[in-house]
Amino acid sequence: MFETLTERLDAALKKLTGRGKLSEADVDAGLREVRLALLEADVNYKVARDFVARIRQRAVGAEVLDSLTPGQQLIKVVRDELVELLGRERAPFTYAPSPPTVIILAGLQGSGKTTTAGKLALYVRREGHRPLLVSTDVRRPAAMEQLEVLAGSLSLPAFAPRGQEPVAIARQALDEARRVNADLILLDTAGRLQMDPELLAELAAMVAAVPAQHRLLVLDAMTGQEAVNVTTSFQQAVSLTGVILTKLDGDARGGAALSLRAVTHCPIQFVGVGEKLTDFEPFHPARMASRILGMGDVLTLIEKAQEQVDVGAAEKVEKRLREGQFTLTDFMEQLKQVKKMGPLEGIIGMLPGGGRLKELGGALPSDGQLRQMEAIILSMTPPERERPDIIDGSRRRRIARGSGTDVSQVNRLLKGFAQMQQLVKQMGKGRGNLGGLPIDPRQLIG
Amino acid sequence: MSDPPKRAEEASSGGWWRRFADRLATGRKAYVADLQELLGRPALDEQFFEDLEGTLLSADVGAATTERTLRRLRAEAASAHLRSPTDALHYLKQAFLQEMQRMDRSLRLDGQPAVVLVVGVNGSGKTTTVAKLAHLLGQSGRRPLIAAADTYRAAAIDQLKLWGERAETPVIAHQPGSDPGAVAYDAIQAARARGSDVVLVDTAGRLHTRVDLMDELRKIQRVIQRHDPAAPQEVLAVLDAHIGQNSAQQVKHFGDAVRLTGLVVTKMDGSARAGVVLSIEEDLQVPTKLVGIGESLDDLNFFDPARYLDALLGL
Repeated sequence: MFETLTERLDAALKKLTGRGKLSEADVDAGLREVRLALLEADVNYKVARDFVARIRQRAVGAEVLDSLTPGQQLIKVVRDELVELLGRERAPFTYAPSPPTVIILAGLQGSGKTTTAGKLALYVRREGHRPLLVSTDVRRPAAMEQLEVLAGSLSLPAFAPRGQEPVAIARQALDEARRVNADLILLDTAGRLQMDPELLAELAAMVAAVPAQHRLLVLDAMTGQEAVNVTTSFQQAVSLTGVILTKLDGDARGGAALSLRAVTHCPIQFVGVGEKLTDFEPFHPARMASRILGMGDVLTLIEKAQEQVDVGAAEKVEKRLREGQFTLTDFMEQLKQVKKMGPLEGIIGMLPGGGRLKELGGALPSDGQLRQMEAIILSMTPPERERPDIIDGSRRRRIARGSGTDVSQVNRLLKGFAQMQQLVKQMGKGRGNLGGLPIDPRQLIG
Repeated sequence: MSDPPKRAEEASSGGWWRRFADRLATGRKAYVADLQELLGRPALDEQFFEDLEGTLLSADVGAATTERTLRRLRAEAASAHLRSPTDALHYLKQAFLQEMQRMDRSLRLDGQPAVVLVVGVNGSGKTTTVAKLAHLLGQSGRRPLIAAADTYRAAAIDQLKLWGERAETPVIAHQPGSDPGAVAYDAIQAARARGSDVVLVDTAGRLHTRVDLMDELRKIQRVIQRHDPAAPQEVLAVLDAHIGQNSAQQVKHFGDAVRLTGLVVTKMDGSARAGVVLSIEEDLQVPTKLVGIGESLDDLNFFDPARYLDALLGL
């Protein structure tokens, strides 16, 4: 559904390549594609309109029109402007000079406040702080239990007194923090619609009662055109200091980030990128810009690969590949590396054009399938892994039993591996930098 | 099929829709002012089309559908059928309505018991919807039962039990972390034993891009089909009205995993207008069946395309 903006701009500007130079009309045709990309990414239509107008001013200047590669130049301008708007450098997260630091999380229902409270608590603890998790959500059934469970899983103190008013809970939290020797208070609040004046007033009262360094809006990255209205209302109620974007692990392009920046100018501090409490990262404007434009997030991918991939192991595999000595043991090593990087579709989403690749979704092995492949190989004896040709019918049955699969799955893996080995041998004879690239394991599963 | 499917009746009267309109109205003042300005224009000039484009885009109708709509409207205007903005907006409503009325929006609840599987991304409002639906069905003489198959999120089971008490509906639950398919299966057995005629299965929120979690959903559906190949009679995807074009991706991916029969759009009491359902219905052929407009138990009702379009277009 989403093509990359680069592809679309190229298509729009293709007819011009022969002529070398772009006219203003050509730029407008290109900018139309930029605008559509922004709208598809859910950037607020007014924000998109103003943004494109600004780009146009720069684009009709010499910098783009006289360039030899105007399409790419135009993209560069767009991306630079986006980064500029998103905040250029990431804003550092600061703590109160004299404790406690108080953080209030606010947002719509279902934006992910409680989960985010847990993630942020873990983050600040890693920064050397002692957080107290406080729930003032007296509205949603079992919201307080949810926060207590989260705190318990992190072995952190929680404060969620039942039968009290939210503002009163916030006040008591200051004493509770002293009692449990916490230097940071994280206030989770009830979800509220931005047009509910009563609840917004309650939020304002809470901020008045407990001065908070950070008044953060928790916003779903998939939010549409309403992002502007939502942010404006919360901004007016409590004068936000920052934003946390959640659910960025999906395929949302996250145009809401641009909309809310345009309205509030307050920094996007963190992004939530998964269900686990560790799936929480500082916000990087440049990466977000690429994502909104559908250009992929190569930087995050590289970082992730560097973090997770064992370079030594990768080099060993590469050497064996070059020598044409690739065995099932090596293959399993590859599977482990792939698994460490997280769900494959998440990785593909970070690649340029990944939005479209993701349509292949079903063709990718799931974590479960990767585990299954690993189980099959682990059920083999070391000699079998080195020389799969010795695996006869009875060995196959034993391996299937041992791995909880059936013989046809074992067959499929062995057959696929044989083909892959063939391919590897051919590559080994020629040359080429195979790097630590995982071999496409798709043929091996069904 | 031999039995004619039973239809759940619209439980309440015009009072609910009036409330819906009221709530929409409070959030839409600026929006309606825009629209009335549109209507106030004497002719279908360029400014009218530009403003209409902004109106549709700001309602999350999406760039592609908005463009298609405007092209069509311009063509009609040129053939002189449409003279005023009022004509144009009424024409637009009828055009959308014609498409939308082709879809069957009733809930199919035949089955002993019928099973309704409720799916969606995190935070869309599944649990609340399940409780409200139990209440709505109870009002129309059904005997619902809830399966707490969200065994993943912390305290989700407690949340659903509390909602079950409010909706006076029994809740079948296992331990946190247990197998969701097993919960659904037990609930169906329990429904048979107790004479409940509808089982509502609440599932854990999952992003549609998670292949493994989509597989888990397939598995839950398979387990339900073991009890009755025609079940689940309804598979409802819950969409948050505030989400933009990504909702279409959600419906597509969930539809690939399970047999989606309808949509529930929640949080329509804000100013969000969820225009993305127009393109979802057209492109993916999944009808919107229910809308949620608030936090209390009776804030869920059947979707009425004509009234929805009136709200969307400010007619």
